[in-house]
Amino acid sequence: MDKEKRKHSIEMDKQNVLDRIHNFYEVALGYDEEKALAEAERCLQCPNPRCVQGCPVEVPIRDFIKLIKEKDYVGASQKIKEKNSLPAVCGRVCPQENQCQQMCVLGKMGDPISIGRLERFASDYERKKGVTVPKVEKADVSGKVAVVGSGPAGLTTAADLVKLGHKVVMFESLHYAGGVLMYGIPEFRLPKEIVQSEVDYIKKLGVDVKTNYTIGRIYTIDELFADGFDAIFVGSGAGLPNFMGIPGENLGGVYSANEFLIRVNLMKGYLFPEYDTPIRIGKKVAVIGGGNVAMDSARCSLRLGAEEVYIVYRRSKEELPARAEEVENAEEEGVIFRLLNNPTRFVGDESGWVCGMECIRMELGEPDASGRRRPVPVEGSEFMMDVDTVIVAIGQTPNPLIQRTTEGLETTRHGTIIVNEENGACSRDGVFAGGDVVSGAATVISAMGAGKTAARGIHEYILKKKGANKSG
Amino acid sequence: MYEIVTKQELAPHIHLIELAAADIAKKAKPGQFVILRLDDKGERVPLTIAGVDLKKGTVAAAFHAVGKTTKKLAKMKAGDSIKDVSGPLGNLAEAGKFGKVLLVGGGVWCAPLSYLAKALRGSGNRLVVVCVGRTENDMVYEKELKALADVFFVATDDGSKGYEGLDFLADVLKAQKFDHAVAMGQVSLLKKVVDLTKPYGLRTMVTLASLMVDGTGMCGACRVSVGGETKFACMDGPEFNGLEVDFEELVKRQRMYLPEERMASMIYEKLGGGVKRG
Repeated sequence: MDKEKRKHSIEMDKQNVLDRIHNFYEVALGYDEEKALAEAERCLQCPNPRCVQGCPVEVPIRDFIKLIKEKDYVGASQKIKEKNSLPAVCGRVCPQENQCQQMCVLGKMGDPISIGRLERFASDYERKKGVTVPKVEKADVSGKVAVVGSGPAGLTTAADLVKLGHKVVMFESLHYAGGVLMYGIPEFRLPKEIVQSEVDYIKKLGVDVKTNYTIGRIYTIDELFADGFDAIFVGSGAGLPNFMGIPGENLGGVYSANEFLIRVNLMKGYLFPEYDTPIRIGKKVAVIGGGNVAMDSARCSLRLGAEEVYIVYRRSKEELPARAEEVENAEEEGVIFRLLNNPTRFVGDESGWVCGMECIRMELGEPDASGRRRPVPVEGSEFMMDVDTVIVAIGQTPNPLIQRTTEGLETTRHGTIIVNEENGACSRDGVFAGGDVVSGAATVISAMGAGKTAARGIHEYILKKKGANKSG
Repeated sequence: MYEIVTKQELAPHIHLIELAAADIAKKAKPGQFVILRLDDKGERVPLTIAGVDLKKGTVAAAFHAVGKTTKKLAKMKAGDSIKDVSGPLGNLAEAGKFGKVLLVGGGVWCAPLSYLAKALRGSGNRLVVVCVGRTENDMVYEKELKALADVFFVATDDGSKGYEGLDFLADVLKAQKFDHAVAMGQVSLLKKVVDLTKPYGLRTMVTLASLMVDGTGMCGACRVSVGGETKFACMDGPEFNGLEVDFEELVKRQRMYLPEERMASMIYEKLGGGVKRG
């Protein structure tokens, strides 16, 4: 391959903007075989690949790309699955630009290898062919583990532990497993059929998935131990929505992003009345916040038929926490960015529905604890925005149910569970945790990395416990 | 899938079902609720638990067939199954020893109220119970509540049975001192009871049926102002001190989706409701 050609990655087709803002189908269309082969051909197959160092779950990236080059696509997918049980998900939603792809040597002179797109291609190929499930070896020492929460952290821990020969029961409070992958990330970014097939894969590995079980209510952690579980992994996520605490926030038409996205994604509100759960969208929608959840909410609003959709964010474009790709998609689709603005109150009509939002202009001051420049209100700069729907997407905190009902489980003042980073162990013996419930709201892949660490920690814990029992 | 083990009509459009859900039955306590989802396209509907049977492994809940889902459920029979039952959710209602307790229940809510009344009686309280219905034909759990009460009153909105409305309670409250009060019913009833007990500073616990989606603290649809603070009915309630609840806001929030609910119900009635399957 000539040097010039190697510099440029193969583009992935996207659904046309004018079409996609009227449907919930996937925006990014993925590589076909020809494109995947051309992109894989760019890979230098480094003897000491740096890309894998950028991957929180240690996917053997070079090796799976080699298999794609050799047209063994199913082999490529299975190679990824040795380390990552959710490749079709990660290929779509991982911020590869800040992880594996950032480390790729090709990035020094041109575009890095599109690792995510290749990962997606291989796993989609295997799914279409029909997934084969590896046989799980029987272990000498095995234990019974409860996994609380079926999001990316829980799914990873469960898969890793069941592969090591442990018996795993996974508890999910909602009616579908998948956590944020099901209720949070929209269909057009991550089709639910794909999440379901990844969950099915984990079930086929032997994980017993119990939906409709809210741990902390139906069973406490102590009751799970009493029921014979040797260890418990808590991956209950960051499910509690933050509100701004400003006047008028309880008006109709003011949603938490969680409520809005649950109605749309999990309950399929965009198909109301065929599906029973309604979602009402107005003409002018303001989404407050600048993360991926805000972008998802804004883009869902457009698809539901809103005429004008605003992202209202208190800092500037530089500080937007969302992935660059998501910001770009939102802009392309016509989302209007109202940066350096912060809401101060909501105004309602007689029926109690929101009809206006007062904002104040902000300017950037000195850097704060996060290293970003602190937004400061410009005195007297208040103005009204005409809106009839508001979506508050300013972050989530962990659901406190388990922390409240488990004695001796140490937490931070933000409500996150404190763990030993080496093995995910909590202050309570036999309890491990990982994902957003530990880190606060973060990415799918970091939760999966934490799940992997905890699975190792739990495996060692059980070996030690059971081994000791045996010798004693 | 969760089987409907028994089903009975308590009054016109008001039904009681017992669902096979042994794990929930073992843990459930008065004041808590379950969330039902009938099928793959169904919405999540919270219903307050009206009792459990540990031997049968069942959880009972009463509902008023007013929307699409409840109308659909009303058409189902014992032996049919529904897709999802999640619970128990929410906190327990206060059921300790207080002394003399006033209990007021309206319509379908008399069923879960009797579950709580049983617990309160078990804790050694004296119970003054008011069973309220729209008309004499709409009385729910009258016999059950009467059996649990030390003093029992019946009231109807139209006066066709017992007292007309709840104004008579003013005299009841004047004549004796209560240590605790509980109201379960529509918001109008809760508000009426609280208006009557407020002059005495009587702590009056009300169970709120806010709109909910997940019921586990995730969506915040159920938020309600209590004592000037925003609370989530599913996480912090659903039982709150009614003296502190902003009922006006609650009513507005309950009605947020009324047009959609009416539409879904109408489409169901016109297209699907009357058609018998199989």
